[in-house]
Amino acid sequence: MVPLSWYIILSAVVFSIGVVGFFTRRNLIMIFMSVELMLNSVNISLVAYSHYLQSMRGQVLVFFVIAVAAAEAAIGLAIIIAYYKNNPTIKVDEINLLKG
Amino acid sequence: MTAPQWFFAYFAGMITLLSVVMITRRNPVHGVLWMLVLFVHIAGLYLFLNAEFLAAIQIIVYAGAILVLFLFVIMLLNLKKELTVRKVQQHWVIGAAVGAIFAALVVAVVAGITVLPPLGKYSIEAIRSEGGIMTIGKVMYTKYLLPFEIASLVLLVAIVGAVVLAKKRIG
Repeated sequence: MVPLSWYIILSAVVFSIGVVGFFTRRNLIMIFMSVELMLNSVNISLVAYSHYLQSMRGQVLVFFVIAVAAAEAAIGLAIIIAYYKNNPTIKVDEINLLKG
Repeated sequence: MTAPQWFFAYFAGMITLLSVVMITRRNPVHGVLWMLVLFVHIAGLYLFLNAEFLAAIQIIVYAGAILVLFLFVIMLLNLKKELTVRKVQQHWVIGAAVGAIFAALVVAVVAGITVLPPLGKYSIEAIRSEGGIMTIGKVMYTKYLLPFEIASLVLLVAIVGAVVLAKKRIG
């Protein structure tokens, strides 16, 4: 039997790797992929809790998280395309239109 | 260690390793392809947790739809010159330190976590006698019907929003 804490530790570690990717990368698409990684790590912990608590709530919540992640990816990538049409760069430190 | 623990150790090790490999790739296309392998491993972990519906959804939606969308966008943008510049931001050490401290704190807190009774009624035997997809379907279409419908609205807004944002401005 695998203890529940192993799953939660795995989830925390993967989430932290996503955080590091989010904070360090310059490429906007890699930043989006880091966000997807963080969403996935949360899903792992939700499914693990659902299994160990013998409840279905976690799995239903994961379903909604996946639906929202799909919406987020579609909108985010559309924003990237819309931005790229005006300023052809996706380096986040050069995206400073709102800086004033 | 017992067989399930070895199984978990393989998947956990691969997931961690592939996450690190994914966020360190210079070329986003390589990152997406490593992420595909990562998602297959996460789906394997879901199967291990008796969530076969979510394992299928993970493959179909994440690997099949979201990653293909990422690949499409990467290929629409001309990123040839992005591959030659520095891949990390100026203050990346601070970001990495924040991530490491966050990981240490969370792992220290959750290291001894466990679940307390009462447990729910969806034990492995109950799910197995009815079938996993039927069980989750019953819950989703009765208790969580309203959130389910709202999820469809969210997706509708995403479709309309994506079209409006990315279309060519007329006039």
